[in-house]
Amino acid sequence: MPNEFRGIKARLNIKPGDAVKIGSVLFEDKTLPEIKFVSPASGKVLEINRGERRALMEIVIENDLKDEKEAVGTWKKDDLKKMDANAIKEALLKGGMWPHIIQRPFSKIANPADTPRDIFISGMDTAPLAADPNFIMEGMEEYFQTGLDLIAKLTSGKVHLSLDLKNKSYAKAFENATGVEKHYFSGPHPAGNVGVQIHHINALRRGEILWTIKPFAVALIGKFFTEGYYQSERIVAVAGSSLKQPKYFKTINGTPITMLVPETDVVDGEVRVVSGNILSGRKITPSGYVSYYDNLISFIPEGTRRRKLLGYFHPGFKTPSYSNTYLSKFLMMARKDYVLDTKIHGGKRAFVATGDYENVLPMDILPVYLAKSIIADDIEEMEGLGILELDEEDVALCSYICLSKTNFGYLLRRGLNYIEKEG
Amino acid sequence: MKFIENILDKHRDRFEKGGDLSKWKPLFEATDTILFWTNERTKISPHVRDSLDLKRFMMMVIVALVPSTLFGIYNIGYQHYYALGEQPELWSSFLFGFMKFLPIVIVSYAVGGFWEVLFAIIRKHEVNEGFLVTGILFPLTLPPTIPLWQAAVAISFGVVIGKEVFGGTGMNVLNPALTARAFVFFAYPGKISGDKVWTAIDLAKDKVVDTFSGATPLLVASNTEAGGQALQSLHNFQYGDFGFTNLFLGFIPGSIGETSALCALIGALILIITRVGSWRIIVSVFAGGYLTAFLMNVLSGADSTGMFTLPPYYHLVMGGFAFGAVFMATDPVSAAQTNTGKWFYGLLIGALAILVRVVNPAYPEGMMLAILFMNVFSPLIDYYVVKGNIKRRLKRAA
Repeated sequence: MPNEFRGIKARLNIKPGDAVKIGSVLFEDKTLPEIKFVSPASGKVLEINRGERRALMEIVIENDLKDEKEAVGTWKKDDLKKMDANAIKEALLKGGMWPHIIQRPFSKIANPADTPRDIFISGMDTAPLAADPNFIMEGMEEYFQTGLDLIAKLTSGKVHLSLDLKNKSYAKAFENATGVEKHYFSGPHPAGNVGVQIHHINALRRGEILWTIKPFAVALIGKFFTEGYYQSERIVAVAGSSLKQPKYFKTINGTPITMLVPETDVVDGEVRVVSGNILSGRKITPSGYVSYYDNLISFIPEGTRRRKLLGYFHPGFKTPSYSNTYLSKFLMMARKDYVLDTKIHGGKRAFVATGDYENVLPMDILPVYLAKSIIADDIEEMEGLGILELDEEDVALCSYICLSKTNFGYLLRRGLNYIEKEG
Repeated sequence: MKFIENILDKHRDRFEKGGDLSKWKPLFEATDTILFWTNERTKISPHVRDSLDLKRFMMMVIVALVPSTLFGIYNIGYQHYYALGEQPELWSSFLFGFMKFLPIVIVSYAVGGFWEVLFAIIRKHEVNEGFLVTGILFPLTLPPTIPLWQAAVAISFGVVIGKEVFGGTGMNVLNPALTARAFVFFAYPGKISGDKVWTAIDLAKDKVVDTFSGATPLLVASNTEAGGQALQSLHNFQYGDFGFTNLFLGFIPGSIGETSALCALIGALILIITRVGSWRIIVSVFAGGYLTAFLMNVLSGADSTGMFTLPPYYHLVMGGFAFGAVFMATDPVSAAQTNTGKWFYGLLIGALAILVRVVNPAYPEGMMLAILFMNVFSPLIDYYVVKGNIKRRLKRAA
């Protein structure tokens, strides 16, 4: 699904009917053509579907299950030790592994010409329903270390790995990792967001570029260099209150979700399927695919169409809220059976500075003033207030709690796009 | 209730763009969403949103105002019967107060609501829930004897000049209820100051007891002669009990909602527990007032007015101090917006209110002016807090 890669203008390399192997290039970026996007399976290209304004939406490949591979190279352990940054980059680009590397600011696929100040890996995920990174990383310790050693050569600085302080046992991959600087964080979401961690470890300064990678992707990179071809393996958690049973799947990216979750596993009623977590994930259809990046697919009920009479007067015994304005907050009993749905719960209004935003954004950033500067298109003020340090996922909780129903993530991206265009 | 929903749904299209009633959309939307909670769904992430919206938020302020309002109504009747020398009965006092208070509230909501809807229709913005609070806050700051037409003119001024000219709720600099209050204060001083207006006596003028005095405790204290003790004046006051306990409980003449510090504190508790009101502001206003009053005590000399000697804890329970600190200063729109700014904002309100009371003999009460003044200054406070944040970020780069 090409539309999950931010800021990419796709140039196709294939047409319907072509035979492809695992690792065959499907499309590349028009601005940085060295960034390739490859096929996760071998078989035949069935369809290429486009959306509005001919934007590339999906490439459907029929999997012939032969698992033929397009090899990028063969490296022995000693070769890997000798490899320099340019050779590593070239292999990652050619092998379709490069898009795993995301840069800050702007949270887009990194530019291979850059050398980042540092590379950050978050070994914890505090988002709702999140898959436990320690579980996902099981058995990957060797590949993870290989990956770490290689990406360490891409930066002039350090590789930082953040772990959950409260965890009792870490995956071996994290426990035994060497050549990284480990940091320990604890607390509720968004403590696991790499953006928040960067802010506290060594914040982004103006003009600097940082890279971030997910731990599983580091392991995939390690495996890529060990086996010599594109790694399509993904471990995905499917969870949410609209599912009868949460599960983990070992699959490949691009797998139709209907293959993992048959309709009978889903609770009746309208369902919102989200690739990623419900705060910052992408809305997809039940016929969507396993994403390149996300290791979670959330199923939550759509908001009921029934409208509550004078809903805001209700005492709210079971109404979930961050605020203390519903009785549910004071009744511990009711806490467990909340069901979050996709209702907005109210109309859009002007900002009301309750002081709560600062509580859910654990960074030295003033979210309301940042939002205002974005609305005013004031680049200097935006940068001054730290827009470059942020990604949608960092401000998702601000939008969640916002009583004026402002979407901070949407605004943030608007500001970032504006800076990129003008800057 | 389904049939109301059906009626609304049936006519919904007529209010949309191109419909024959599209001009009235804000009014339709307001009625629609006041009756039934919206069922709109999120389109992009975050896919889930909190159940708190501005309606619920403003409802909480009104809930917090309930103790002050009920007591205010009762106290109107209490002061009335007390002035007649009768024993104030609970229900008859309450009923009397209710008959006095109801017309003022109706005028406030009807006239203010009219402007709110008018601007919503012309400016094409939604009718804002903030007015629900303004409409009740304003009457609570008035004396029970206020002529209704003055209340109507004042709330018009408050809503139009205090809020709508800036672009509606969220954009206003001043608290609209206080703006309206200030308008009455300066336009019709005879009806909102002095010692004649705080007790509703009505037609029973000749029945009033001989010792009757309608003076508020603040007036009594500020009339203390130079070199005298304000506390002594309060104790010597013949007509009512101006002891600390009674001032705290609120059985004294004054604006309808302001007399009981206890009720204001209950409201503060509700606001702070629900996090609807900023505890930073409430605490810092009281702190600023206490410290300044204490400083005044220290500075008082033989030739300074008696007000200098009033103990700090008296200041906090007299006049509109508690009510203003809890309900007026915390207005999230006109207050400082940054958490650091809120401390300065609150401290300065408390300090200014006491300064006006003590140093300026013309105004026995300073709370209203202090809050309005700081409303104007809160953007400046925030400006420095924001600049501070930017500077910290730049420093990191260096």
